[in-house]
Amino acid sequence: MDKRTNIDQLIEQFKSLPGGLMPLLHAVKHDVGYIPDDSVEQIAKGFNLSRAEVHGVISFYHDFNTSPTGQHCVQICRAEACQSMGSRQIEAHAKKSLGIEYGETTKDGKVTLQPVYCLGNCACSPSIRIDDDIHARVSAASFDQLMAELRSPATTHAGGKK
Amino acid sequence: MSMTFFIPQDTTALALGSDSVALTMASELKERGVEGGIIRNGSRGMFWLEPLLEVEIDGSRLGFGPVKSSDMPSILDSLNSRTKNTKSLNHPLFLGEVNEIDYLARQQRLTFNRAGVGDPLCIENYQRLSGFVGLTHAIKLKGQEIVDQIKDSGLRGRGGAAFPAGIKWQTVLDTVGEQKYIVCNADEGDSGTFADRLLMEADPYQLIEGMAIAGLAVGANQGYIYLRSEYPVAHKILNQAIERATEAGFLGENICSSGSDFFLEVRLGAGAYICGEETSLLESLEGKRGMVRAKPPLPAIEGLFGKPTVVNNVLTLGAVASILEQGSKTYKDFGMGRSRGTLAVQLAGNVKRGGVIELAFGVTLREVVEGFGCGTYSGRPIRAIQMGGPLGAFLPESQWDTPLDYESFAAIKAMIGHGGIVVFDDTVDMAAQARFAMEFCAVESCGKCTPCRIGATRGVEVIDRIVQNEDRDNNLILLTDLCDTMEFGSLCAMGGMTPFPVRSALAYFAEDFGGESPREN
Ligand SMILES: Cc1cc2nc3c(=O)[nH]c(=O)nc-3n(C[C@H](O)[C@H](O)[C@H](O)COP(=O)(O)O)c2cc1C
Ligand code: SF4
Ligand code: FES
Repeated sequence: MDKRTNIDQLIEQFKSLPGGLMPLLHAVKHDVGYIPDDSVEQIAKGFNLSRAEVHGVISFYHDFNTSPTGQHCVQICRAEACQSMGSRQIEAHAKKSLGIEYGETTKDGKVTLQPVYCLGNCACSPSIRIDDDIHARVSAASFDQLMAELRSPATTHAGGKK
Repeated sequence: MSMTFFIPQDTTALALGSDSVALTMASELKERGVEGGIIRNGSRGMFWLEPLLEVEIDGSRLGFGPVKSSDMPSILDSLNSRTKNTKSLNHPLFLGEVNEIDYLARQQRLTFNRAGVGDPLCIENYQRLSGFVGLTHAIKLKGQEIVDQIKDSGLRGRGGAAFPAGIKWQTVLDTVGEQKYIVCNADEGDSGTFADRLLMEADPYQLIEGMAIAGLAVGANQGYIYLRSEYPVAHKILNQAIERATEAGFLGENICSSGSDFFLEVRLGAGAYICGEETSLLESLEGKRGMVRAKPPLPAIEGLFGKPTVVNNVLTLGAVASILEQGSKTYKDFGMGRSRGTLAVQLAGNVKRGGVIELAFGVTLREVVEGFGCGTYSGRPIRAIQMGGPLGAFLPESQWDTPLDYESFAAIKAMIGHGGIVVFDDTVDMAAQARFAMEFCAVESCGKCTPCRIGATRGVEVIDRIVQNEDRDNNLILLTDLCDTMEFGSLCAMGGMTPFPVRSALAYFAEDFGGESPREN
């Protein structure tokens, strides 16, 4: 199914739900992987809003990326409890070993790196999230191992996107 | 000999590998032909022991932890060689009877008494442990009588602002309106907090029950749980719990044949800290940017879609279920001063024994951090404690004897907030922490008011200059001025309280900000 018809169907599904724009954007992100810029007009029409309003909502929330991400999203917790357990070093190590900054994707298209502020795992920090899986007590070594697992063709990561 | 094994499936246990523990256990049991089932329970909240394996045998619940998959064979061997009816086992990870572990035994659990006991999604298990008793009581009462019980209990909101729940409910009850809403604030954005998450993952029906009671009390037939998107496990569990509770008649039309309806839905946030602020949350639920609204009007009068709305934290609504079950007096008998009932303290960061600790208000911070936490994870001395999330002050040792009570904390310009305690050892750089407080505010500001939106960015720059010893004295004055402007000129506590961690870092840990002679304070 092409992207546009897919989004049209989602709009149909959510437009009469009270406060349906947020669930719609989550659904688009889930199905397409991001919120395409050219879907803003379509969404605005479906929800009877201006394009500026829809754009305003998308840009307000950290979760709604408007360009494709890599195969896996790796989020590093930057909040205080993780800092107290050395997350600043994990953050530096991740950027260096992957060769990317936050918001960027590795050249092989496997990993997009993002910051996150708390994953609710603060009693066993530092924490990272890979797709829908959270990992506790992460060290530079265990980070490298997790990244190697993502990249090895043999393992299909449980939380990975298709 | 029949055994049942319990292996938790909450976020932290999963993050520490409990799925692979469960897989290994299942295959070991099969291989050995041992009779025994595995239940995926919620966590007890003793996160330092996760993955915590429990075995039910001869009426005891025996614990092992923290376990790895590779420990399964030796644990089964030790259970095999156990003499009947003894509680002692020869295994290095053996913890004895789980309820007798000091960390749990010393708590006063009202809200978390069911957490980790069984399968969080099993309604029969919930009811066997007095679940839905509160709702059954509420159905026999008039709305005003339910509200009176909440007022009598002295329950104050657990989301941070500590506003009396009964008074808020009274306003919603008294406001005339066809359509009213119950909104659960499950945005839990503060670093160092995870009690909402634990309740939702380990005992979701308690939240559902509390929300249904709130609906009956004020006359609302629709509820929303606004859940942060950082909690994928809670999301899955809540959706399943709502489905099952609806099938069983505790949600939906004519709940428990009461003649009243209550529909419930989970809505996901999208990674914005400010959406934990209740008016920003309501905007977001309406499908808008999460811009903070000016108050008045109060959400209780004009809330979601302009209708009268109760907005309460997960733990507030959880407490409602136990108040209606056990009576307001029982609840009120716990606590000190105007802080009644229990507080779910969350011990996090650089701490040896982190987890959820539910205690009556009144214990001191030191008793929690030393008595339960047993010092830092790194083994180094504790230097600073941040209480109450990213907007909470950093506390030096001289303040650790403050009792956990809303008023006592306010008196030292600190806050209990949602109950999160983050411990830092002596390697912490407090100037970096102050800078982070400003940086976080700059990233998460909703942008409505200038002191917060611009001030936070300026704050980062000024702290950088101070640390680099650039025109130090003037920049210190500038930082104090900036904090004043943010504190007094911001619309909400995001901009208004970011100065708390900054000022406290500067006041008590001045030596970290460079310069020749640290100021004494
Ligand atoms: C910046 C900011 C963030 C907040 N985040 C949360 C939150 O994550 N969860 C929460 O329950 N309350 C949060 N609050 C408090 C809510 O505004 C509100 O007081 C609360 O939801 C009311 O429920 P309660 O009375 O049961 O605590 C926050 C407030 C502010 C100013
Ligand atoms: S203080 Fe900050 S977060 Fe609060 S309303 Fe003002 S700009 Fe928004
Ligand atoms: S601060 Fe990192 S998980 Fe909470």
